[in-house]
Amino acid sequence: MNEQSPALRNFTINFGPQHPAAHGVLRLVLELDGEVVERVDPHIGLLHRGTEKLIETKTYLQAMPYFDRLDYVAPMNQEHAFCLAAERLLGIEVPRRGQLIRVLYSEIGRLLSHLLNVTTQAMDVGALTPPLWGFEEREKLMVFYERASGSRMHANYFRIGGVHQDLPTKLIDDIDAFCDPFLKVVDDLDQLLTGNRIFKQRNVDIGVVTLKQAWEWGFSGVMVRGSGAAWDLRKSQPYDVYAEMEFDIPIGKNGDCYDRYLIRMEEMRQSVRIMKQCIQKLRAPDGQGPVLITDNKISPPRRGEMKRSMEALIHHFKLYTEGFHVPPGEIYAAVEAPKGEFGVYLVSDGTNKPYKCKIRAPGFAHLQAMDFLCRGHLLADVSAILGSLDIVFGEVDR
Amino acid sequence: MDDGRLEALGQTIVSALPGAAIGHSVAFNQLTVTVEPARIVEIVKYLRDDPGCRFINFTDITAVDYPERAKRFEVVYHFLSPTLNTRIRLKAEADETTQVPSIIDVFPGADWFEREAYDLYGVIFVGHPDMRRILTDYGFDGHPLRKDFPTTGFVEVRYDDQEKRVIYEPVRLNQEFRKFDFLSPWEGADYPLPGDEKATK
Repeated sequence: MNEQSPALRNFTINFGPQHPAAHGVLRLVLELDGEVVERVDPHIGLLHRGTEKLIETKTYLQAMPYFDRLDYVAPMNQEHAFCLAAERLLGIEVPRRGQLIRVLYSEIGRLLSHLLNVTTQAMDVGALTPPLWGFEEREKLMVFYERASGSRMHANYFRIGGVHQDLPTKLIDDIDAFCDPFLKVVDDLDQLLTGNRIFKQRNVDIGVVTLKQAWEWGFSGVMVRGSGAAWDLRKSQPYDVYAEMEFDIPIGKNGDCYDRYLIRMEEMRQSVRIMKQCIQKLRAPDGQGPVLITDNKISPPRRGEMKRSMEALIHHFKLYTEGFHVPPGEIYAAVEAPKGEFGVYLVSDGTNKPYKCKIRAPGFAHLQAMDFLCRGHLLADVSAILGSLDIVFGEVDR
Repeated sequence: MDDGRLEALGQTIVSALPGAAIGHSVAFNQLTVTVEPARIVEIVKYLRDDPGCRFINFTDITAVDYPERAKRFEVVYHFLSPTLNTRIRLKAEADETTQVPSIIDVFPGADWFEREAYDLYGVIFVGHPDMRRILTDYGFDGHPLRKDFPTTGFVEVRYDDQEKRVIYEPVRLNQEFRKFDFLSPWEGADYPLPGDEKATK
């Protein structure tokens, strides 16, 4: 149309940063030809807090809370990546019970994230009930976070060498009791959305990614599984006790928004399966024992012990001031976070602070593809595509 | 992949790209290849297309700053090969004026990662179609992740109610920035105390 009448110009609008479907502080500059999107220019960085710079000035223990504030809907998964990186540099092995608790809480994090994403994606395309149902379950999961760590969201629970505290028996029982009723809620959500005509109209064949594109754009997690690759770091490069867990990897065929929704739904069911196995293993005799490495050069002694033993007091003082030294070296450690591959590239110079800590967030790689995903789609599809990318600004902007 | 196979893979890559890939090392079960920055595009293409490599998944680009070196930056690339189920790390040395070719034509996903490395470190990538700052503020000055950039930064912002706009001012700290140095003076750290020079003379 533009060629015929040079007086017509494309229309440029701002989407966000205060738009509810922008999932936080995203500013999209959209160039529209009528209702068709010609070009998308995402402006990010409105939530940039300089996490990587701050980590360079803190000890390894003090760096942990920053990871909760990256992807704040699944905090512990981020902590996990940092712990793995530092543990590999230190060359230490986490006690089995500590590993089981970490896997259990990583899966709770996955549920938290997928519940938020699936339901708000439904809200972006017009359904109001799913968020109400989903958030009720999220609240229960956050209570589990609180009972383990003392905090609903910013847990700071994982430690280099394990987790901070053991779980009470009653908490393990309550998580167990949560699992089966939760599957019922997932089924309810499934009935509400999967066959829904409007939901399908808005999501099927929208934002299609081929597998080749997914790999070269740096996608990971649900975004490559939606395009048909059975790639999951929990299976292919297992960390902690994931190697002994039984679960399936759902994959999509078409690589569209609808497939990605279906995968997230199935992953929630698989997560519950892993949680059940963790609980069973936590109750077994070989699942007992310490939750944190017992080497007092790395993990601080218990507080009660500190009051009585001089040795423990010295260790406590040294670990909370100087911290421990990590041998020089560099490592890239990645976990399968709910949103994709969350990696930490850690460079240590042998002192008590990281020399460099690059956080490789999955959302950053996914969001940059907005332009190629949205081109040629209608304006209304932008929010559907954005919803299915599963973006959280804490980790994109860092 | 075990260390032996990684070692062999590293040797294959170095011998296939003489002059471009300079050396390799294996540490913590991860392969690192040192490369010549000017030929990065060729190397990345080889890694992507060679049937023995197939590093088709772009993972990350970042830089590390070592101000005491002649070439202060190490530009670090990470790739993943789903076929081999292994990762590779490429390291190229650069300074503030080195022109590192952009790999955006091989991996479109490198777009924002190169912009980020430019924004936070000031590494210059050539051939990138849209090299703007990405994470920092519009009109920001400096490269915050460099080691000589202070953690507090240089400017602070506030909204002025009279002028009805956001105002930029030099940072004013009510309390001095607390930079704790807890390194043990007995191991590792080197603090020359007054009078120490007599012992060495």
